[in-house]
Amino acid sequence: MTNLALTELYNLPDQRGHFGPYGGVFVAETLMLPISELTDAYYRYMKDKDFLAELDYDLLHYVGRPSPIYHAERLSREAGGAQIFLKREDLNHTGAHKVNNTVGQALLAKRMGKTRIIAETGAGQHGVATATVAARLGLECVVYMGSVDVARQAPNVLRMKLLGATVVPVESGSKTLKDALNEAMRDWVTNVDNTFYIIGTVAGPHPYPAMVRDFQAVIGREAKPQMLEMTGGLPDVLVACVGGGSNAIGLFYPFINDHQVQMHGVEAAGDGIATGRHSAPLSAGRPGVLHGNRTYLMEDEDGEIIETHSISAGLDYPGVGPEHAWLKDSGRAQYVSITDDEAMQGFHALTRLEGIIPALESAHAIAYAMKLAPALGKDKTILVNLSGRGDKDINTIAAREGITL
Amino acid sequence: MSRITPKLESLKRAGRKALIPFITAGDPTPEFTVPALHALVEAGADIIELGVPFSDPMADGPVIQRASERALAHKMSLRKVLEQVREFRQKDDSTPVVLMGYLNPVESLGYRNFVDKAREAGVDGVLTVDMPPEESSEFLPMLDEAGIDPIFLLAPNSTDKRIAKMGQLGRGYLYYVSLKGVTGASHLNLDDVAHKIKEIRQLTSLPIAVGFGVKNAETAAAISKLGDGVVVGSALVSKIEAAGGDTRLALKEITALISSMRSSLDA
Repeated sequence: MTNLALTELYNLPDQRGHFGPYGGVFVAETLMLPISELTDAYYRYMKDKDFLAELDYDLLHYVGRPSPIYHAERLSREAGGAQIFLKREDLNHTGAHKVNNTVGQALLAKRMGKTRIIAETGAGQHGVATATVAARLGLECVVYMGSVDVARQAPNVLRMKLLGATVVPVESGSKTLKDALNEAMRDWVTNVDNTFYIIGTVAGPHPYPAMVRDFQAVIGREAKPQMLEMTGGLPDVLVACVGGGSNAIGLFYPFINDHQVQMHGVEAAGDGIATGRHSAPLSAGRPGVLHGNRTYLMEDEDGEIIETHSISAGLDYPGVGPEHAWLKDSGRAQYVSITDDEAMQGFHALTRLEGIIPALESAHAIAYAMKLAPALGKDKTILVNLSGRGDKDINTIAAREGITL
Repeated sequence: MSRITPKLESLKRAGRKALIPFITAGDPTPEFTVPALHALVEAGADIIELGVPFSDPMADGPVIQRASERALAHKMSLRKVLEQVREFRQKDDSTPVVLMGYLNPVESLGYRNFVDKAREAGVDGVLTVDMPPEESSEFLPMLDEAGIDPIFLLAPNSTDKRIAKMGQLGRGYLYYVSLKGVTGASHLNLDDVAHKIKEIRQLTSLPIAVGFGVKNAETAAAISKLGDGVVVGSALVSKIEAAGGDTRLALKEITALISSMRSSLDA
């Protein structure tokens, strides 16, 4: 049930980074000073005219914004119901929404006088987007990536290396995104003086969830007038996939106070929620503390983080941004899940019907929109955030479908 | 009441420094832990820091990460660590025990439930690496009420304001992390440590234990001169790891290291 009172005057997070009981700063003492320096810089530059002008310039000329909105007519007809529109973040430079954030954080790093950039990556999209901006600004760049992900996202590993980044395979724990994040934190704590840590999603300690959201909110800010122009109204439902949740929050945030617009976040159900092999903490987890913030987590009864599963490396994460935890509890957004098999159907449908190859992450959102559309009238509109393109996933898809490349 | 302050006061009166070994509970096996704690005390340990294994030990270097992984492979958990402390207390009612770990297992058990169980088991202090004082307003009063000391970390880049705050909220001792980095790192600079500890002393009267980067008897002795106690973790855990599952060898190696540190501290 939606409790509008909670979100009517939405101004979260509070000063210490809390979204209700979620978020916050849960880190070891050595990181408190760099985090407070970063928080100061973030609040200062988000109001600085020169900084914002430089950011706008880069988004326009380097990223290629604004990204268009596309009416997927054949996909809508196939689904049979509401009209499905796509926000084409896959058309950004580097092929996903991730670059909106790395461009912003890299500019911040430069203003703060940091000479070295580190990042974690799962699917490799954030790693590529980070290596890209580091190359452009001439900054040293180290990307941590779970060794399992290194194996399944080889094209992106090569891209990062070509861009001049050092890719460090992480062998600890489950060897995926969460462990890459642990390792990046360890690097940061060791090299705090010259290093800027570009987190790729709306997780981590404050100010990251708010800062990454603010850089990604360009998606929703553009989408509003674009939808008004194309359809004469705001969309009825927003749909986006949620791993850490940065593309979803980027689309949702500018609509939070438009209460007639529903927001649906799509988590990865992997083999199915009932099997336990999934990456859906909002659907099947409970609150806890990991990676600097309190949020919904996938954990066992002793509070140890459990291994997640998804066909999509970018959604394979046991936590989720704290703002999503809050939007779930407050009822402002709903969270659903899509299995690997359903995501594959969405992937093929969009590819065949519209000539757009989506990232496997985004395919979750497509699959859910196709499920939702028949339940809504033909006069209703669904806006899906097509967060990335699928070229990076062709090896995964070939392996799953028994094709030898 | 916590055993920490009386212990540190009596050491101070005797002109001695506290030797504080750290091992991860359940590493390499759950059966190893309690006998190892007794052996460490016999070899000269004054306070025990017992690591609670966690799946995502963000502030730890590879040595203690692997210790966590070995312990978790044996289904070690915070509940079981508390049982080990209770078992340790059956034969040792005087050596302070500090649990050191991450917040999530504590939140999973629930603050109230954890504090009750920890008090019953005989825990004296709790060091939660990823819970700064700003986030501890619910937890601290419960610990205080139970007579369990919250131990806070201080770092080389801690500001005066934060040092003063930790001095007010902390009990027992403050744990000074001697370098920027994770546990087991190796670039310790004694002059820097001495300088920072002098600064800390001006802001708080709590005793100071120094850790991170204490490799052998020589560094232990040098470090101990700067503070009130010295914590040795990765060096011990490395010995356990090197013994490769031979728990008798592991026990022999860690007691030998602590004995040598004891002698050089008292020399």
